[in-house]
Amino acid sequence: MTMPPATPPTTPPAASPSAPAIAIRGLGKRFADKVAVNGISLDVPAGSFYGLVGPNGAGKTTALSMATGLLRPDAGQVWVHGTDVWTDPLAAKALMGVLADGVRLFDRLTGRQLVTYAGLLRGMDRDTVAARAGDLLRVLGLEDAAGKLVVDYSAGMTKKIALATALIHAPRVLVLDEPFEAVDPVSAANIREILADYVAHGGTVVVSSHVMDLVQRMCSHVAVIAGGNLLAAGTVDGVRDGRSLEDRFVELVGGRSSTEGLSWLHTS
Amino acid sequence: MVAHLLKLKATLLRNGFRRSPWQLVGVVLGGLYGLSVVALLCAGLFYLGGTDPAFAGTVLVLAASAAVLGWALIPVLATGVDLTLDPARFTTFTVKPWELVAGLLLSGFIGVPGAVTLLLFAGQALAWRQAPAAAVLAVPCGVLAAVLCLALARLTTTAASALTASRRFRDVAGVLLIVPLVMLGPVLTLVSEGFGDAMAWLPRVAAGLGWTPLGSFAAVPADVAAGAWGTAAARFALSLAYLAAVVVLWKRALEQALETPPQGPRGGRATGGLGPFARFPATPWGAVAARCLVYWRRDPRYAVAIIMVPLLPVMMWIGSTQTGSTAILLWLGPIVAILLAFSISADVSYDSTAFALHATSGVRGVHDRLGRVVACAVFALPAVLAAAVLPPVLLGEVRLLPGVVGLSLGALAAGFGVASVASARFTYAVPQPGDSPFKNPPGAGMRMVVVQLATMSVMGLLLLPPAGLLVAQLVTGNAAFGWAGLGVGPVLGAVLLAAGLRLGGRWFDARVPELMQATVLNK
Repeated sequence: MTMPPATPPTTPPAASPSAPAIAIRGLGKRFADKVAVNGISLDVPAGSFYGLVGPNGAGKTTALSMATGLLRPDAGQVWVHGTDVWTDPLAAKALMGVLADGVRLFDRLTGRQLVTYAGLLRGMDRDTVAARAGDLLRVLGLEDAAGKLVVDYSAGMTKKIALATALIHAPRVLVLDEPFEAVDPVSAANIREILADYVAHGGTVVVSSHVMDLVQRMCSHVAVIAGGNLLAAGTVDGVRDGRSLEDRFVELVGGRSSTEGLSWLHTS
Repeated sequence: MVAHLLKLKATLLRNGFRRSPWQLVGVVLGGLYGLSVVALLCAGLFYLGGTDPAFAGTVLVLAASAAVLGWALIPVLATGVDLTLDPARFTTFTVKPWELVAGLLLSGFIGVPGAVTLLLFAGQALAWRQAPAAAVLAVPCGVLAAVLCLALARLTTTAASALTASRRFRDVAGVLLIVPLVMLGPVLTLVSEGFGDAMAWLPRVAAGLGWTPLGSFAAVPADVAAGAWGTAAARFALSLAYLAAVVVLWKRALEQALETPPQGPRGGRATGGLGPFARFPATPWGAVAARCLVYWRRDPRYAVAIIMVPLLPVMMWIGSTQTGSTAILLWLGPIVAILLAFSISADVSYDSTAFALHATSGVRGVHDRLGRVVACAVFALPAVLAAAVLPPVLLGEVRLLPGVVGLSLGALAAGFGVASVASARFTYAVPQPGDSPFKNPPGAGMRMVVVQLATMSVMGLLLLPPAGLLVAQLVTGNAAFGWAGLGVGPVLGAVLLAAGLRLGGRWFDARVPELMQATVLNK
């Protein structure tokens, strides 16, 4: 369990081989009078499969948006493999593949067009894009739907095509906000396999999720966020401390209410 | 139960205000507008009461028929019926069908359009103030006709829901609706010229409509005023039968819809290739251009700008027949140019949150700007050239050709430059992807008007030099001014375009996160 220092250092972590894939220092954001993220510091080691868990409204999406350059933080810094996201955004973004949650896609494109578009926007050449788009559509089971407009896709298919747009440029770090929402079990298993393979070959994955069981089975590291604060971070085994991650999470976050009040619901 | 549903609708309306004060402002403004319409038309009805009863009857039947037809058609094509109380949400409750029908129907009066219709239809009594019996009867007839309007709207939308569930239908209908909207004014001027003859055949049309569901309720008081009590009774019975038939048909359609909920859009037609992505250069700006071109074809919000292009000359031609001077047609080129260039000035707003892909990909601002300009230029350039060349040639004013073409090309390029800056800096709420192009989000008004006016004014100011040269040629007749304009326009346009792409690109680079958050807020 490596708790980062409380005071943010002013110099970026050196781009040494052991440098973290993502280093976050003192990251904070407030919306009007509500503090969404309260000065979080966190290291995501290179080659880790990092789970980010927290209750609804904990600040997960806000933190990930700031880490990926979508939302300007009020305070703090973020480095991706030693590149500062907010002073050199173009270089940092080239290293990252991002699946943002709750955003639309350019859904009047067909699936193949959308993945191609994502590749070309990254400045890749046409042949590489075409080959990789074909591979991604095949592996994600979207080959039959490749010629259909994304607006006609189901929720799960939409999630998968969005994932394809995040993968096409072979990023060193993947940041996925709720990648398994609305995805059927078979596709979820496929996606997990892709991600595990990606991590096994040197990539780093950050996923946010509500499903503790999934994070416990899939991730090597986990961070628990609630109310904009980082409650715990480290290896999954270190954080759960011998219990199930779900029990540990509930203990950390609190707020469990007794169901005794609903005695009238007992039908017998 | 019916009272419950009415209360539910009122509560939903009130809670909407709590969520967004702007919605309250919108409803208050809409209500005031509605009240002023009611006041104005009631004054008209009162005045009508002083005229010949036969004339009053004709006017009322025609107006009522138009209103009923509007209620039957407009919700299907444009707005959709107010789904605050969506019948589908009541499937899991045990509401008796007739109570649901009555509740949904009457809840339509809680809202500006329904209330205005009710007041105006009942207000027909004012037009019969000289025939007390007709006036008394006009009130229940008007109220029943208003119920008929709401029932017809429900019937047509429910019946067409299978059709309107198809995205393609909604896209096409939404765009085509602009044709009658835009052409209404010019056509009315044409019609009003023939108004003298119209008084010969309109009474016959009204007499026919008086026996159809559209005008039958409105024709009953006219019969009474004319003393034809037998006809009035027959017509009233027929009207009630129409109303009953519409309600029963709607109830049946509603039950069917509730028992077998729509399956949702079935997968659209598959298209194989990459389309424009294969034809544009494999670069970030080429990709943006290809994507935008796909959107120009498939997104109805863009199609509205395109469909205006052929409509403009028609409108201007009708306008010129009024004034007798065709000179205004010479300005078609520059006007089309500014219209098309302006249409990309809200591009980032139109992307909505899909802009996240640009933001996370690290697209450079100048590439983003350039791609959007290129996509629009692909069809804007030929369209503007045609609009610039054809009018002078067809009007036999070839000597004006160089100046007009110069000004038009300059307007297009300069307009692109201004739009490239505007869309990187001044976002505003626009209809969301998939929404009707005419559905402006609540609270968008002020900022949108200011930004659009400012953008247009800047375009106009920058174009003063070539426009001045064209005017100089028109005034002096010296062709040298026109040739100068042919040089000045494109050069000035090119400079402004380059400057706009640079400045817009720089602002874009600096403001990607802010642009992204603006699209999130506009949702």
